[in-house]
Amino acid sequence: MQPLLSQGTIDTLYMVLWSSLVTVAGGLPLGVLLVLTDKGGLLQNRPVNKVIGVVVNIGRSMPFIILLIALIPFTTWVVGTFIGPTAMIVPLAVGAIPFFARLVETAIREVDHGLVEAVQSMGGSIPTIVRKVLLPQALPSLIAGLTTTVITLVSYSAMAGAVGGEGLGSKAITYGFQRFETQFMLITVGVLIAIVTVIQLIGDGAVRLLARRGRTS
Amino acid sequence: MITTTGLTKVYQSRGREVTALDGVDLHVREGEVFGVIGQSGAGKSSLIRCVNLLERPTTGTVTVDGVDLTALAGRGRRAGKELRQARSRIGMVFQHFNLLSARTVQANIELPLEILGVSGKERSRKALELLDLVGLADKAKAYPAQLSGGQKQRVGIARALAGDPKVLLSDEATSALDPETTRSILQLLRDLNQQLGLTVLLITHEMDVVKTVCDSAALMKRGRIVESGTVGELLATPGSELAAELFPVTGEATGPERTVVDVTFHGESATQPVISQLARTYNVDISILGAAMDTVGGRQIGRMRIELPGRYEENVVPVGFLREQGLQVDVVEADAVDTAVEIPAQAVAAPVKEGAK
Repeated sequence: MQPLLSQGTIDTLYMVLWSSLVTVAGGLPLGVLLVLTDKGGLLQNRPVNKVIGVVVNIGRSMPFIILLIALIPFTTWVVGTFIGPTAMIVPLAVGAIPFFARLVETAIREVDHGLVEAVQSMGGSIPTIVRKVLLPQALPSLIAGLTTTVITLVSYSAMAGAVGGEGLGSKAITYGFQRFETQFMLITVGVLIAIVTVIQLIGDGAVRLLARRGRTS
Repeated sequence: MITTTGLTKVYQSRGREVTALDGVDLHVREGEVFGVIGQSGAGKSSLIRCVNLLERPTTGTVTVDGVDLTALAGRGRRAGKELRQARSRIGMVFQHFNLLSARTVQANIELPLEILGVSGKERSRKALELLDLVGLADKAKAYPAQLSGGQKQRVGIARALAGDPKVLLSDEATSALDPETTRSILQLLRDLNQQLGLTVLLITHEMDVVKTVCDSAALMKRGRIVESGTVGELLATPGSELAAELFPVTGEATGPERTVVDVTFHGESATQPVISQLARTYNVDISILGAAMDTVGGRQIGRMRIELPGRYEENVVPVGFLREQGLQVDVVEADAVDTAVEIPAQAVAAPVKEGAK
């Protein structure tokens, strides 16, 4: 039981870590683009904004388990197989990118437009504005959004166990559910709760640290 | 230094057109502090934003330091490289400071230098020098949230000066500050104007700001400039609304059959004992209804509302005497005073050009 559990934990962490990185790499630019291309934005472009918006909404409304199966050909094309923790990174990231992109969008919208104007008045270009104003000023909200996203990925990864993924979810299904090992099931769930709690604590801590730096004396 | 010609700005709002600027011709000379005053909605904010093209004027041109910015801007919404370079030579300070809360004071001031591609060492040298200039040398490592409003605006000014601009735009820079802090910030602007030869264009809704720092001023109403000139010229313009606003005197006629006159003293005449001379020469009894003395644009100015017995027709000679002494004389309309007796609601007498009657 011990080796099964530790292998499951390692697989889960592996899937969550890598899919989180891919999610940030994909969701962050997408979220920024959603704000920039919106009406009145710095790169106002209705068609682009509409297309991204629709794609993101489709991604968000798709039940993850369906997405998992629908993506099998794509996953096989990218990774060479659709089974195992590495293959699972693909659907996990695809599922989380739209979710994270919306959170990024909300976080960046909250940045005071006056700051953008100030940097424009200094002669700052749009990449400068994104790099030096929008992202740093939104950082606490972005971290909070990332925390939520990573936790969502933990729960998605458990679901991925049903469709050939590895990790705690798969172990819980195989041993806890199908073999009626209730104790094993409970321990697996306990480990998942612990992982989520630790992620939340780290995220909250980071947000508090950043918030204290700038906002209050 | 700053010239706008035929500047118009029309906003589209839910299918309706709103004209914020309606043919504004503005000329700000090098080295002067120019104030644009008007109520909210008069178009001041649009005007100052058009000067560095944060807002694209619908028509008209903006020239700053000999460069036609409207030509640099091109057609697209995005600011091209040339326009961005030109902007970096124009400093701007804002009503709500617009400092980055995630950066220290020093890092805020370094931001424009980062954009200009100045090296790290040089950036920090320059930032500390500017902090010293605005009197906040000890706050380099503080965050904006730890500063008072006045200190934040000093940081805003230091930041605006980082690119060694020739022109500083001030968008209601003191409107969020208390009166005392306002005075110290205005003093700082005045000092910078004199020390660095900085041309300052400021917009405000507070007459006190114009009175304290401006060499020239313009009054904006409904997207147009209705009066403009140096403060001295404005005060010397009979019936000038700005002058009356800069320098309000009040007081009503004590009864019918009186002539009410506003007398403005400036320059030489301010030191002459004209009122007693007038009383002695023409043997008239003069009552002073209201008076004010102030320094406007660095000059001593006095204004007085006096009352002479008898109708205006009977007082042509004494009024002429006052004019001969180099005083500016605005006759407060007799009609308004007459009716004021019956209808107190209209008691506010309006100064009119003499001869208009």
